[in-house]
Amino acid sequence: MADLIVVDRDGVEHKVEGKVGVSVMETLRELDWGVAAICGGMCSCATCHIYVDDAWLGKLPAPQPDEKELLQELSGYQPNSRLSCQVQLEESVSGLRVSIAPDE
Amino acid sequence: MEGNVVIVGASHAAAQAVDSLRREGFSGRLVLVGDEPELPYQRPPLSKKYLAGEFDPARLWIRPASFYEQQRCEVRLGRRAVAIDRERQSLALDDGSVLPYDALLLATGGRVRPATVPGAQLAGIHYLRTRADVDGIRADLAPGRRAVIVGAGYIGLECAASCAKLGLSVTVLEMAPRVMSRVVAPEMSAFYQAEHASHGVDLRLNTTVAAFEGGPRVSGVVCSDGSRFPADLVIVGIGIVPNVELAAEAGIACDNGIAVDEFCRTSDPKVYAIGDCCSHPSPHYRRRIRLESVDNAFEQAKTAAANICGREVRHDKIPWFWSDQYDHKLQIVGLSQDYDRVVLRGDPATRSFSCCYLKGRELVALDAVNQPRDFMVAKKVIAERVPLDLGRLGDPAVSLKEAGLPA
Repeated sequence: MADLIVVDRDGVEHKVEGKVGVSVMETLRELDWGVAAICGGMCSCATCHIYVDDAWLGKLPAPQPDEKELLQELSGYQPNSRLSCQVQLEESVSGLRVSIAPDE
Repeated sequence: MEGNVVIVGASHAAAQAVDSLRREGFSGRLVLVGDEPELPYQRPPLSKKYLAGEFDPARLWIRPASFYEQQRCEVRLGRRAVAIDRERQSLALDDGSVLPYDALLLATGGRVRPATVPGAQLAGIHYLRTRADVDGIRADLAPGRRAVIVGAGYIGLECAASCAKLGLSVTVLEMAPRVMSRVVAPEMSAFYQAEHASHGVDLRLNTTVAAFEGGPRVSGVVCSDGSRFPADLVIVGIGIVPNVELAAEAGIACDNGIAVDEFCRTSDPKVYAIGDCCSHPSPHYRRRIRLESVDNAFEQAKTAAANICGREVRHDKIPWFWSDQYDHKLQIVGLSQDYDRVVLRGDPATRSFSCCYLKGRELVALDAVNQPRDFMVAKKVIAERVPLDLGRLGDPAVSLKEAGLPA
């Protein structure tokens, strides 16, 4: 388990236990105020959009081109946008702080 | 809202409906009835990563068991709904129990269309709809075995790709002159045919299955032109049939699925239907459609939940779909049945291109192959009926956003 700090759409911060070795999406999907993740993690739908806290952004591997293209066309796109299905949670990033992006 | 809501079916639409009903403020008794023995799970990975053995079964669940407890949802698994009594507003289950309802939500999905040729009952002939189906297929998979796949739609081709990846020798038999002929243009079919051929898949078009041979296990497939294909296993992927019987037997109107209005309401205002089992009016395409997609299941669940709870919401979404074969990401937005012209953006030889379906100057659908940006932009261009400059549309150096006619 690794800690995950999640800021929900109302700005409320939650500390949750994240599943290690799988994507952040798989933890967020199980939360009441989490993400839809319609395609189930295939990087095909852009319905698991999060913002990664700037302090953590550099500690994650950079997004692949397909993820970037999906993100850049979202109306809520920001430079720290990621698709949570493409961010792997590892113990090395325990404490990762992310915010759920608004519904499109 | 209080009272009783019963959901029949336990897949994507049903799981989302549990979530959305509570979110919309339904505080009464909520019961979920499913005939499979397990909690709602994701179906899309079944023909892809799960079939290829790359997906842990525990990760298939859409929501963990604790979610249904938290939502105070009574889950009745391995139970089949047998009859709706519309006068008494109750649903009878196969164990004799009767559930009263104030609103009944049918999310009964579809079942595989069975092959009806001689030998169709032989062992080793598989279908793909449920997790149990895929566990059965996986038990038959081993490198070097010969898999014959009947049908070159999404399911058939995804299975072909998964089997080829696992080192099986794969033959695909398709009645039509090209693959995915119901849903994509000839240019797209040509691309996927070449991709499957390059991975060693033997694709036979214009080929109709006449019989399966062998016993007790299937050993081969005989076609109507007399050709024979030896097989260690067969996967039949020739479409699904919507599960309408429960509704139809109760006198609820059906029309290529359980017929609902834009509020997901059937001909009985206390009964709603969502997902693969229902047909609904599409305001955008101005006709009645039935969709087999996770996105539609999800969106209709939200719409039905809102309407059940007294918040009037219309279902008017541009549908979208995806398919993963080999390393190619195919994303489809819109419905391509009614178009008069196809414009390609980019060269299929680069393996990154889009196929645009137009009616006049209006984009009605787009298939994006490894081209996620076009997929995202097309959602808006289609919904807003942006008139396009066809010359600029065909130039991949011009973004799809910039392909609109000057105002």
